[in-house]
Amino acid sequence: MPDPLLSLCGLDAFYGDFQALYGVDLQVAQGEVLAIIGANGAGKTTLMRSISSLTRNRAEMVRYRGEDIGALRADEVAARGIALVPEGRQLFPSLSVEENLIIGGQIGRKGPWSLPAIYTLFPILQERRHQQSTSLSGGQQQMVAIGRALMANPDLILFDEISLGLAPIIIKDIYAALPGIIGEGMSALIVEQDITKALAVSSRFYCLQEGRVSLEGASATVAREEISRAYFGVA
Amino acid sequence: MEWVNVVVQGTLLGGLYALFAAGLSLIFGVMRLVNIAHGDLIVLGAYLGLSVTTVLGLHPLLALILVVPVMAGFGYVLQRGILNQTLGKDILPPLLVTFGLSVIIQNTLLETYSADPQKMNAGALETASVSAAGLSVGLLPLLTFGTAIAVIATLQWIFYRTALGRAFRATSDNPEIAQLMGLNRRHIFGLAMALALGVTAIAGIMLGIRTSFDPSIGGGRLIFGFEAVIIGGLGNLWGTLAGGVILGVAQTIGAKIDPGWQLLAGHLAFLVILALRPNGLFPRIDG
Repeated sequence: MPDPLLSLCGLDAFYGDFQALYGVDLQVAQGEVLAIIGANGAGKTTLMRSISSLTRNRAEMVRYRGEDIGALRADEVAARGIALVPEGRQLFPSLSVEENLIIGGQIGRKGPWSLPAIYTLFPILQERRHQQSTSLSGGQQQMVAIGRALMANPDLILFDEISLGLAPIIIKDIYAALPGIIGEGMSALIVEQDITKALAVSSRFYCLQEGRVSLEGASATVAREEISRAYFGVA
Repeated sequence: MEWVNVVVQGTLLGGLYALFAAGLSLIFGVMRLVNIAHGDLIVLGAYLGLSVTTVLGLHPLLALILVVPVMAGFGYVLQRGILNQTLGKDILPPLLVTFGLSVIIQNTLLETYSADPQKMNAGALETASVSAAGLSVGLLPLLTFGTAIAVIATLQWIFYRTALGRAFRATSDNPEIAQLMGLNRRHIFGLAMALALGVTAIAGIMLGIRTSFDPSIGGGRLIFGFEAVIIGGLGNLWGTLAGGVILGVAQTIGAKIDPGWQLLAGHLAFLVILALRPNGLFPRIDG
């Protein structure tokens, strides 16, 4: 395998005295889509937060394009081309839909994504662009959150539970849009509760259990029993 | 007619109070920081104006060209150097640190300028007045009120029409996620404090032209500023102007009834509004 875009080496993460991740090793190649699966509390969201530098890491634990970025501030990591679609969307309530998108692009990285491109992807957002972001439905808010991350033209995009709390039909729409989003040479990490969906859109997967990687492999060939074992920790 | 005059004078006085309050309102709105040293920073602005006018022989209004950037620069350094370190989940550290800052500023001014009351000389502007419809209105209060409107309109424009304002609002909404947009929270807060102290410099110079000042009056200006912000509703800049006007009118009406009642009437009006509308008259409506 050539030099990976992102590699995690023995990543630990803590919330105060509580350790959420134990020595996680993980690689993402350029253009690759990885799924992160695991039960509630397995450390999936913490993993996303650590990569984005929202939690403090040691520098060498997160390596990106040959640079140790673990100890950088979150805004410096974002400027290097890592974008997060956070769990629960976390839009800015006092900004309109369009302002939420514009602020995502404020980093000023060049690439295919711009306001018109986002509006082509999600036409409903153009109609609603002057509304307050909190007045939208859950699915539309998720589109804004995805659009906001894309506006930064990232090389690596992290999706944290993008289907959480959404109606099945909306989830279907969003997953239908995903290949078009990731197809542009972008790499992606997808955290997802729905294992079938996660495996369908990814080429490889990592399963977390109580803060450790319990299984990794190719999404297409993995056996269901193996995943159940890694997921629930039953022998 | 006499009472109309009282209300007009009070309204214009409210412009000065709105200038006191605008910086407080901005800082609280962006970073939830209650700046106890705000009144002393206003007085510091007045003294810097005094130094510039006496040393360079400039008109106090021209001194703004120097004092505003100096205060803004001081604000940025103050925020990056000290105040950012106090911000967190606990609201007590910023209160204590700005209280300490207030003591430091007061004593530094005392050492440098002595306790004697000072005043800036604005020449003919101080006594000039315009008459219309039987009312005679001082040019300086009118100018102060106009400045307050201009300052608040500018702040409003910055907040809702510029990239900096978007960054302010996003950081205020959710500082963590705002960082993911490439915004360095410490820098954004520094800029907010710079802007607030720029406005504070204007407030200080307007104060210093209008009345005499000494190093101890910061606390009183802080109270007027707080009252204007809270009457108007936290986080609403036009509300802050309205709050300043209500406070000013209450004070001039009080003074009209009995000269000793000026301050009391203002505080009473504040208490009544606080009791009836604890969130102020025009609280910010958000999501």
